[in-house]
Amino acid sequence: MTESKLNLSPINQLHLRSGARMVEFAGYSMPLQYNLGVKAEHIHTRTKAGLFDVSHMGQVRLEGSSVKRELEALVPGDIQSLNAGRMRYTVFLNANGGILDDLIVTDAGDHIFIVVNAACRQKDLQFMRDNLQCDVEELENKALLALQGPMSEMILETIAPGVADLKFMSSGEFSVCGEYCFITRSGYTGEDGFEISMPANMAMEIAETILSHESAELIGLGARDSLRLEAGLCLYGQDLNETITPIEADLGWVIGKRRRQDGGFPGLENITRQLRDGAPTRRVGIRPNGRAPAREGTEIFDLEEKKIGSISSGGFGPTVGAPIAMGYVQNHSIAIGAQVSVLVRGNLLPATIVDLPFITPNYKRA
Amino acid sequence: MAETYYSEEHEWITVDGETGTVGITGFAQEQLGDIVFVEVIKENEDVAKDEEVAVVESVKAASDIFSPVSGLIIGANALLEDAPEMINNDPLESGWIFKMTLHNPEELDNLMNLASYKQFLDSIK
Repeated sequence: MTESKLNLSPINQLHLRSGARMVEFAGYSMPLQYNLGVKAEHIHTRTKAGLFDVSHMGQVRLEGSSVKRELEALVPGDIQSLNAGRMRYTVFLNANGGILDDLIVTDAGDHIFIVVNAACRQKDLQFMRDNLQCDVEELENKALLALQGPMSEMILETIAPGVADLKFMSSGEFSVCGEYCFITRSGYTGEDGFEISMPANMAMEIAETILSHESAELIGLGARDSLRLEAGLCLYGQDLNETITPIEADLGWVIGKRRRQDGGFPGLENITRQLRDGAPTRRVGIRPNGRAPAREGTEIFDLEEKKIGSISSGGFGPTVGAPIAMGYVQNHSIAIGAQVSVLVRGNLLPATIVDLPFITPNYKRA
Repeated sequence: MAETYYSEEHEWITVDGETGTVGITGFAQEQLGDIVFVEVIKENEDVAKDEEVAVVESVKAASDIFSPVSGLIIGANALLEDAPEMINNDPLESGWIFKMTLHNPEELDNLMNLASYKQFLDSIK
């Protein structure tokens, strides 16, 4: 794909004049990093507040009298029990229980608002239109900005009064720069923060207003990746795909209690069997004992040098100050704390299986 | 007296007699971003020109470092083990990556001097 054919974010000009290094991501030209660099942007988000342009993600509106019940035929989450304003992380499943995409479902009162991965947008829209009776409308003239980090609440409250009262995984409409925006208290960094869905033509003004606060900085996709990896959060296409079930992905909690009893979601048979007998593989955290990062695709071996799995996401955690990774290992062969080896450039390097996440999340639950 | 040459791969080599010290340029470290790990993989080995000698890992990705000339790799900068960020902070001095004994000093003629390298940088920017 040539650069001229790439989709541009509504705040593309802001990226360019802020020194962004732009890269192709899911058909969009998006900022990998700005002048601060990945490490400093990561630390800034954990200590102050980072503004992320995630306008490439798919925003979809579902509307219909039985939309929640219909949606439950595609996901294992308990959607019917969602109260107005509340939101839930869930996954679209195929008939084997494999994950087609991960998404956030929000009860926006008179409709359901969902956010899906950019790379899966077309596939997801088709999947929903083929399987849902309700109206499926892609919100194409919207931007999505995420403000993440411990100072997010203080900054956003000055621009969108009332957001401080939102609790983690809840949402509301707020007036921002004279325009109604849909704001959720959520994100994908392990920090407290907000995602702001807004009309595309307001994105520049709102982004600049947020950035006028001295503690807010633009943060690129590079730091977004290291932040979510430290927080133990999955990236679709790396840590999740159509051959991986929620049980294997250690996302068993996305299957609602009522859904476990009543079923009615794709892949029920396989998932029920895995819940009963255990899954063949499991997603775990991996800490290389040395300083060499172990990247995506790195093979994992037990101490008898038998291959037991591979890394799905790996790199360096700036807050942890060391290489970190997550990956899939054979379930029966491994326990938290187990010593393993990772094959990096032909050398077996010592590593430890650890619990996720690598950092303590700072969500605003109370 | 030592002289410094530059490659199109954005490496520098400072040559004193038969011994060369190799690192990456300011432009290269800026492109790579925050460096978190360095490994010289061909220590005590003979390498051809343009053969990979070291790996430099940034937060985001791993990049190969090639030898600008042929020679024997005789040492690695041990200080980078605990402070790989020295390549970002001081790429042309304390952030050097490996030392080598040159097999064929005439190969230096194919590299650039500082003025040519600056022109080269302008042409690719």
